[in-house]
Amino acid sequence: MTAADWSAIVLTAELAAVSTLLLLLLGTPIAWWLARTRSRLKPVWASLVAMPLVLPPTVLGFYLLVLMGPLGPVGQLTQSLGVGRLPFTFAGLVVASVLYSMPFVVQPLQQAFEAIGERVLEAAATLRAGAWDRFFTVALPLARPGLLTASVLGFAHTVGEFGVVLMIGGNIPGTTRVLSVAIYDHVEASEFADAHRLAAFMVAFALLVLVTLYVLNRPARDDPGTAR
Amino acid sequence: MKCCFQQILMGAALGLATLLAQADEVSVAVAANFTGPLARIGEGFASATGHVLKVSSGATGKFYSQIAAGAPFQVLIAADDETPKKLIAEGLAVTGTNFTYAIGKLVLWSAQPGFVDDQGAVLASGKFAHLVIANPKLAPYGQAAVEVLKARGLVNAVTPKLVTGESIAQAYQFVATGNAELGFVALSQVAVPGKPVSGSSWLVPQSLYGEIRQEAVLLKAGENSPAAAALLAYLKSAPARSVIQSFGYGP
Repeated sequence: MTAADWSAIVLTAELAAVSTLLLLLLGTPIAWWLARTRSRLKPVWASLVAMPLVLPPTVLGFYLLVLMGPLGPVGQLTQSLGVGRLPFTFAGLVVASVLYSMPFVVQPLQQAFEAIGERVLEAAATLRAGAWDRFFTVALPLARPGLLTASVLGFAHTVGEFGVVLMIGGNIPGTTRVLSVAIYDHVEASEFADAHRLAAFMVAFALLVLVTLYVLNRPARDDPGTAR
Repeated sequence: MKCCFQQILMGAALGLATLLAQADEVSVAVAANFTGPLARIGEGFASATGHVLKVSSGATGKFYSQIAAGAPFQVLIAADDETPKKLIAEGLAVTGTNFTYAIGKLVLWSAQPGFVDDQGAVLASGKFAHLVIANPKLAPYGQAAVEVLKARGLVNAVTPKLVTGESIAQAYQFVATGNAELGFVALSQVAVPGKPVSGSSWLVPQSLYGEIRQEAVLLKAGENSPAAAALLAYLKSAPARSVIQSFGYGP
């Protein structure tokens, strides 16, 4: 591993960690709302969250480049707030990753919340637990397997991100050149030895993450969120 | 009356069939800077020969990897003269078919009017947050941009602001959307014939970078294709040459 390799690995880990944290903070309330709501607009909101699963990354990359650019509404907002423009920055990659990985975090959480069912929450309510109390001491602990799945998938999917980063990142070492882009760069330049080193690392990482996920989630599958 | 109509229809179908039999498809890999000119040349080529082009556009260095890996391109229209020579040396292109079709011109360009002066002094001003170049490992225009920065002694000053496009097309796109204030692009991308150059630009003097001799070559996959050979011949013809010059390329 060269210094450039390590820089790409560290950058990727940082991006994935920050994105996962934000995804959990934003995704948990969204998932909770989607799991509990009786709104007729629920399918619309659920679809909006799931859009990145269906859309090619180029669509997201293209719109982000235009929207976050100096003439786009998001770009004008960030500039007027004094943050500057987001493309070619780490913050820009975080915004893109959060949008792109959102379904991978919201969907497992939503399923976990839905599996809890009304009865436990009603029981908690009769014991005078308030709404926040019910959420933090009943729902969240019961949804732990979903929380774990969401975290791991959010992290792993951000590590595996490529198209969006390529389109808005600008391939800057230490700032936006994440692992997937570094590998692409090496392959396109016929630097196969360099590409192999990083690609093999990625394969090992992906396998490790998924095996961990399946091992940790095994008991939950035997007992899918039954109230105890 | 009905019989005549049928005859006309039959005749038309027959005519179409002969036309289709002659019309061939040429798959072309073209350097991103030459995509615009090739689209125009392709129209003239189609009406002159009936053949149509199937065009893939990207950085020359990428095409090298793809062709070495067996990509089915019949013709490469490169942005340098090294890649075609290397392909010939490695037996991936046909000996003796490479020729210079254009001399590329490098431009420092901004989408904002009045941002770039005609001496390129803006490069040393530090007034910009991002400067885009094409990937110097893959794109000859990116390599040329690095030479310009070296000649001006600005490599260290500019490196923290450097953004790399995967081809000259992405470099252009970053500047065109305003996400980067400045970028080194090909003159052919901003000198679209019949349209005024938008924004502001500095045509970089040839003394600051090595001449970008752009060569085309017949690849092994096109060795037995008359249509591919016809395209290379057409590229040397007067109509094609006038299109090439109208996009600002040197002779």
